Amino acid sequence: MNNPEIKSNNNKKRPERTLDIVNRGLARRYQAEKRFRFYGLMAIVASLLFLSFLFISITGNGYGAFQQTYIQLNVFFDPDHLQQDSLATADYQGLVKKSLRAMFPEVKSRRDKRMLYGLVSKGASFQLRALALKNPGIIGQTQSFWVPADDDVDMLIKGHSSRKVPEDERRLKDKQLAWIDQLSAAGNIKKKFNKTFFTGGDSREPELAGIWGAVVGSFLTLVVTLILSFPIGVAAAVYLEEFAPKNRWTDLIEVNINNLAAVPSIVFGLLGLAVFLNFFGLPRSAPLVGGLVLALMTLPVIIIASRSALKSVPPSIREAALGIGASKMQMVAHHVLPLALPGMLTGTIIGMARALGETAPLLMIGMVAFIVDIPGGFTDPATALPVQIFLWADSPERAFVERTSAAILALLAFLITMNAAAVILRKKFEKRW
Amino acid sequence: MTPATLFIVLLTLCGFAYYVGRRRAVAVAGDASQIINLHSRPTYYGAIVALWCGIPALILFVLWLAFESSIITQIVISDLPENIRSQTAAELNLFVNQIRNIVIGNIVSGKITPAMQAAADHYHSLQATSKAALAVVVISMAMLGLLVVRTKISPTLRARNAVEKVILYILIACSTIAIFTTIGIVLSVLYEAIRFFKVIPITEFLFGLQWSPQMAIRADQVGSSGAFGAVPVFLGTALISAIAMLVAVPIGLMSAIYLSEYANKKFRAIAKPLIEILAGIPTVVYGFFAALTVAPFIRETGGVLGLDVSSESALAAGLVMGIMIIPFVSSLSDDFINAVPQSLRDGAYSLGATRSETIKQVVLPAALPGIVGGVLLAVSRAIGETMIVVMAAGLAAKLTLNPLETVTTVTVQIVTLLVGDQEFDSPKTLAAFALGLLLFVVTLILNVIALYVVRKYREQYE
Repeated sequence: MNNPEIKSNNNKKRPERTLDIVNRGLARRYQAEKRFRFYGLMAIVASLLFLSFLFISITGNGYGAFQQTYIQLNVFFDPDHLQQDSLATADYQGLVKKSLRAMFPEVKSRRDKRMLYGLVSKGASFQLRALALKNPGIIGQTQSFWVPADDDVDMLIKGHSSRKVPEDERRLKDKQLAWIDQLSAAGNIKKKFNKTFFTGGDSREPELAGIWGAVVGSFLTLVVTLILSFPIGVAAAVYLEEFAPKNRWTDLIEVNINNLAAVPSIVFGLLGLAVFLNFFGLPRSAPLVGGLVLALMTLPVIIIASRSALKSVPPSIREAALGIGASKMQMVAHHVLPLALPGMLTGTIIGMARALGETAPLLMIGMVAFIVDIPGGFTDPATALPVQIFLWADSPERAFVERTSAAILALLAFLITMNAAAVILRKKFEKRW
Repeated sequence: MTPATLFIVLLTLCGFAYYVGRRRAVAVAGDASQIINLHSRPTYYGAIVALWCGIPALILFVLWLAFESSIITQIVISDLPENIRSQTAAELNLFVNQIRNIVIGNIVSGKITPAMQAAADHYHSLQATSKAALAVVVISMAMLGLLVVRTKISPTLRARNAVEKVILYILIACSTIAIFTTIGIVLSVLYEAIRFFKVIPITEFLFGLQWSPQMAIRADQVGSSGAFGAVPVFLGTALISAIAMLVAVPIGLMSAIYLSEYANKKFRAIAKPLIEILAGIPTVVYGFFAALTVAPFIRETGGVLGLDVSSESALAAGLVMGIMIIPFVSSLSDDFINAVPQSLRDGAYSLGATRSETIKQVVLPAALPGIVGGVLLAVSRAIGETMIVVMAAGLAAKLTLNPLETVTTVTVQIVTLLVGDQEFDSPKTLAAFALGLLLFVVTLILNVIALYVVRKYREQYE
């Protein structure tokens, strides 16, 4: 097809064809194509970079907390100090101080002594007390112990705080540094696996703080959430998918469920505060209330997942059941539900994983309190793992940065396990009809 | 008997009732070979006895527990001496709290007066009576249900139909919980917000330019008069959400395009779940990451460039929030791009368009309504996001659009106003509910529009 304009030029030049016009633009268009494709690849690379950067930064900060610096002390359980009848209230701090003085006899002045005592954690005396209570026969003997070092010493040994900073800006003074060097030359100071971090409750002292209390709190909360949201969610999905007539009422329910799935989580916290705490007078900071709020929050997730699981069961199964005389309820309970259950469970696990990571609504119902004890029941004051992370992130001590990151690693490990379980479940039971 | 043990007893009783009902049905029929004469299978007779034994007792049990404490408190208050009852509501409230503390055995602040001790004893005895009465009433109700229904069992009793009807009602009740939750949210937030607007006029809240919610405790205190103009808070929220969307929309959309149009199967199978991990990371982790790594990095970079960057800049919070939203935008857009029929693409290719031209001029316009809906959902999530901004954004409510300065958001203010001890009659705490109401309304509007658009679009190609 020739261009009519060029044709009228009486064949002086070779006529230009559409193909030429196309060919002229081709290089530019291929360039644009390449650029567009590159942008797409870059977007993916960028998000993966963010992801790896996040993991590297958290792991880099956190792995150190799995170890803790310990100092070896030779403690003489002085019978003068420890009377049999008052073992629980005796002055164990005094024993620790005494053995420190024995290790560094040259320390004389009051100020220096206080600095010396500062090397060892306040938890050392609790350790001695527990030992003396368990085994009173130890009194009168001398034993050597590894007791946790103070968090400042811990940070120095791990290399997080520098010795080069001028003395008055440093947490540890020159004399303390000299003692630490003396201790490590004698092999009396070393890093060991940090058991306290996995077994302890919260503490103001970083070296004594652990995540176990928060893990138990999270577990209790999730138990309440699961008990409430799974049966209710499945029942609601069954009704909406199998029984509900199509009318305005069920439409309203559907819009509500979809909307609740997108309501900010903090609004659920406000609901919990106003209704469960102020109206019903349930206890503050309790896993029971936390579980109730999280159950309301995960309910839409479970309902939506269960409905799509029910939808994927083919109608032939339903018709076969009805055909041999089952009632509608029997058809659902005996045939449809068992086939849809794996899909429902997958959705539930994903919902639970989301609930485990949720923080904001728990802040609203007072689960941010500083709680040292391990919660023993559903109405005990407790905190949850993500809230513990939030609390530690606010603490000024350098050692808490490490512990916060380690707690995040623990939380992520739980989440990855749950999501992996969901994926495996789906792979194993997924059926293509 | 504690409520927990009572509950377990009730469940055991239900199990027993099931067993009794089943046996009775078989007995009524004659023997095991004669059950064909029954209308329903024996398990249904067991189930109907268990339901009648359990459900009425359970309903009573829950109602009793819900209203027990407030009724006892009312009785105790009405029996208090006249001089205590005539106190103001706040003092009376404090008094009742003291009494409760004595009853539970908590540490009581202040001295325990004889009147207080007497009231506490009264409270305690009422509580004990109530507990005992609850156990007696609930168990006898369960037994009554069991016995009455057991005598009604006969071969013509349509047990299956009755049981199925009850179950259907339970299913309906479960499905209405979503509606009750919404109503609960609206009522609880609205009620406190109205109390707030009685003190602070709504126009001042919506259009005022100053936000400093600290109220003076004493009249002579300086500098804390309390100002509740929420415009700086809205502006801060908008600023941070806008930064987040500037990060999330281009990256999310482009990665969705690459994954659905260019990537081969293998790449897609690896990259898609990896990006979705970003969505599964708890927001508190993002908050920590923003505060610990991103914010100092931005401040130092700004310092090198000679800019004065605040350590709690809007940029850091917005950036990290954007990262969090990427998978949300990308997976929704991916769905909608995949929903565009292949015939549209084939048409464009046959006209000689390159891939990118097809995407830009055919696929994206066709998928646009869905993508817009997805972006609206993402905006609603950015506005409601709490932990990242609580940890990485500031508290100072500044009227600024500079992303390098500190701004505050609606969610940050709600958290700071409500965490810790609160008194429920000061405008300071009530302000949090007013902000919550606003947050709920705005996200509701965004969600409803987005869900409508998405739903309509899905139908278009189905």
